Amino acid sequence: MKVSYYPGCSLHATGKEYDQSVKAVSKALDIELKEIDDWSCCGATAAHSTNFKLSIALPARNLIAAEKDAMDVMVPCAACFSRFKTAEHHLKKNQTLKAEIEEIVGGKYQGGIAIRNPIDIIYKDIGKDALEKKVVKQLKGLKPVAYYGCLLLRPPDVCEFDDYENPIQMDEILKALGAEVMPWSYKTDCCGGSLTLGNMSNVKGIGFKMVDKLMTMAREAGANCLVTACPVCMANLDERSSESVRLPVFYFTELMALAMGLPGPENWFKMHNIDSRPLLGSLGLF
Amino acid sequence: METFLEEVNRRIDGVPIQRCYHCRKCTAGCPLTSEMDYNINKIIKMIQLGMRDEVLNSSTIWLCVSCETCITRCPNQVDIARMMDVLRQMAIESGVTPKEKNILKFHEAFLSNIKIGGRINEPLMMVQYKLKSGDLFSDMAMGMSMLMRGKLAPFSPRTKDMKSVRRMFEKTK
Ligand code: SF4
Ligand code: SF4
Repeated sequence: MKVSYYPGCSLHATGKEYDQSVKAVSKALDIELKEIDDWSCCGATAAHSTNFKLSIALPARNLIAAEKDAMDVMVPCAACFSRFKTAEHHLKKNQTLKAEIEEIVGGKYQGGIAIRNPIDIIYKDIGKDALEKKVVKQLKGLKPVAYYGCLLLRPPDVCEFDDYENPIQMDEILKALGAEVMPWSYKTDCCGGSLTLGNMSNVKGIGFKMVDKLMTMAREAGANCLVTACPVCMANLDERSSESVRLPVFYFTELMALAMGLPGPENWFKMHNIDSRPLLGSLGLF
Repeated sequence: METFLEEVNRRIDGVPIQRCYHCRKCTAGCPLTSEMDYNINKIIKMIQLGMRDEVLNSSTIWLCVSCETCITRCPNQVDIARMMDVLRQMAIESGVTPKEKNILKFHEAFLSNIKIGGRINEPLMMVQYKLKSGDLFSDMAMGMSMLMRGKLAPFSPRTKDMKSVRRMFEKTK
């Protein structure tokens, strides 16, 4: 299959290893990615917190650019995904706003392409069976909890993703890799990521408090690592936890590549703050 | 004249907040409740009582992380997450100094960074943020460590058609 690809700003910087692992995994699964021509930032929290129309116009510019290629668009970053889906929601619901945004952006919005996260594409279009066949190294002994966070799921009528209280798609993908996925009740709890980069979270300690809770609950569930599909969650979980409770954090695509025997993981794991190599080494996976 | 409640409802452009029957499910699920000066259910009541200044000066509206838990769980579809966006925008428009200044400074640095290159250049944005906030030294160690691990990309490509990017900012001023 072939899809349009929106990396977004994070995947070119702090989320580099997510970009590289999504690309490696897609190639191995015959998903051809075409990057959206001359894309721009989705505006993230900064735009929707301060300027409603700008927060719709910024993703709309990218959606309109993607429509030229007439393929579904893959958006790996959960935060960008949420901004794209929110823009789509408003543009489809409100014709007056749509006309106004089209004037602001300088292009027509058709609304014919689906906005999809790679979890959903791999789970639905590739499927567990096909994925299992690609696994050359079972992730035996790895006990992840799947952490979905907020923006892939909520609000459900905007995101149109998995079950919003108990999503399972990432769990199922990890199971197909041979990992022993642990059940837990914090799959969709917020990590406070959008306060992470603003130094606020550090000053007041809110970020640490929220991440430490997730790490502690993951330990209580018997997990030895956390898995995410969001570069904002990754930056927050990986950088803002207390040493006493921290567990390694992976992008789900990094683990897919590891299990599929693809090149790259050795470079990606080096980019993480919490070193995952001792854990993987002790399990004979690395 | 439009009341505070009417203005908030008009700008939310969805379910009117009077649908709230104060069950506090939203507040129970909000991850920032313990950090906020007024919890989110109180904010709804305060809007109904016309307490404009208190609401727009609260830390609540800046601490909301837009996790969307409240709207997802509300039995009456009251869109509190959207309401928080609206209140932040109203606070900016009325020129109040936000209770959590640095959060707004961060948003401003983020947007002015998009205006420069179309895409976020994280090192440059952090400099812009630090200059705006005057908070020069916090998180330096984390920044250095990220740089060493190859996480920051000071020279990543920008958007070419910057005219179209600037146009969006101009037209939504
Ligand atoms: S969950 Fe809805 S109805 Fe209940 S207090 Fe919150 S806004 Fe009101
Ligand atoms: S969106 Fe904001 S107000 Fe609603 S639950 Fe999340 S942090 Fe609380």
